[in-house]
Amino acid sequence: MRIIKAEQITENIKEMCMEANIRLADDVRCRIEEGIKKEESEIGRQILGQLVTNMEIASKESIPICQDTGMAVVFVKIGQDVHIEGAFIEDAINEGIRRGYREGYLRKSVVGDPLIRENTKDNTPGVIHYSFVPGDTLELTVAPKGFGSENMSRIIMLKPADGEEGVKNAVIETVKMAGPNACPPMVVGVGIGGTFEKCALLAKKALTRNLNERSTLSHIKEMEEELLKRINNSGIGPGGLGGRVTALGVNIETYPTHIAGLPVAINICCHVNRHITRTI
Amino acid sequence: MNQLVKTPLTKEDVKKLKAGDYVFVTGTIYTARDAAHKRMYEALKEGKPLPFDIKDQILYYLGPTPAREGQVIGSAGPTTSSRMDKYTPDLLRLGLTGMIGKGKRNEAVLGAIKQEGAVYFAAVGGAGALLSKCIKAAKVIAYEDLGTEAVRELTVENLPVIVVADSYGNNLYETAVGEYCVEDGRNSIYPY
Repeated sequence: MRIIKAEQITENIKEMCMEANIRLADDVRCRIEEGIKKEESEIGRQILGQLVTNMEIASKESIPICQDTGMAVVFVKIGQDVHIEGAFIEDAINEGIRRGYREGYLRKSVVGDPLIRENTKDNTPGVIHYSFVPGDTLELTVAPKGFGSENMSRIIMLKPADGEEGVKNAVIETVKMAGPNACPPMVVGVGIGGTFEKCALLAKKALTRNLNERSTLSHIKEMEEELLKRINNSGIGPGGLGGRVTALGVNIETYPTHIAGLPVAINICCHVNRHITRTI
Repeated sequence: MNQLVKTPLTKEDVKKLKAGDYVFVTGTIYTARDAAHKRMYEALKEGKPLPFDIKDQILYYLGPTPAREGQVIGSAGPTTSSRMDKYTPDLLRLGLTGMIGKGKRNEAVLGAIKQEGAVYFAAVGGAGALLSKCIKAAKVIAYEDLGTEAVRELTVENLPVIVVADSYGNNLYETAVGEYCVEDGRNSIYPY
């Protein structure tokens, strides 16, 4: 058994919230830069150019890439031989979010009650997903999620007879409905299978996968590639103002499901697809 | 084409702007997003005045991140405009001439933009650090308790925006996408 101090979790979460909001992973940056070379629309190229400059300014001056610094989504993989000491893990994580959003000058975008809508003023609580794994380490992924794109995400309970075509059409239709609202170029996370809530979680997880990494399942890899082409044929383009570069990547995760169902969730993210993982 | 806009933005100025124009805005503009719109709407319903004279003004749908010491404002990009649609036609009737945001507007707003002679601009979503550099001064002028959602008076210099909906009824979101859509089998260039 290994002991991990709660304070260590808090400090890591704090740093990850701050870091994720000013620096994007290289996969997104590279794909935007590649996109500039291929984009046919002049406004499209200007917009992609602004995004590259924006990332440079953000990183150099520690200004958040986007003013919507998101609701903090945290994935926790707990090694079953780990014992956490000093505080309840959930409190430790929320304290990290609180400190990160305060010390990082990030926007407090969370309301305590969805209908009364009073701001909690410290961006807590986060949305935290736990899973247990073998071993004695703790893996933390922080993925602050903006709501311009979150609002354009959907879950559809397809029938088994809808099959692969049904899934593809659901994804394309969702991207078209999102259009300019989701700040394209976007990243599309898709969850297929499981139950109503499981497919949503898969879609969210899919967004945290590197854009250069394809699914290990050959039929899913093909679907990822085909969907990316079809989305980039839609004409939506950067900023939704017409062009070729509508999506930077499509990541799909799957899970076994029921004989009667084919749940599919499409979680749209803008190009500010923030996620950082650390292992303690 | 590239155009310069100086505020206040009169209805005469609006007529010169066409969908697809790349525009640099200089002068005073005001921020308001969901909660501020709701309050302004309620004030109007109660017959109370708005916190500032909205005639010939530009609203920026923005909730910035907090400024660090020495900064004017934090990250300052546009939020999704459609959430303000419910409140917008009334503000246009009161003389609001410009809005900066991102994303589609509903029919009622597009109709009111044409009827009242106004313009809807898009700023680049997710370019908040870059856009913050165009903001030279920022002051909260109303609803301070709303934090990031308070109404701010901003002094901007060459804020880059694109005309999406002009006063002639053109809508770039509708026309531009069709131009680049190649789903009908035309040759396509795959970026990835």
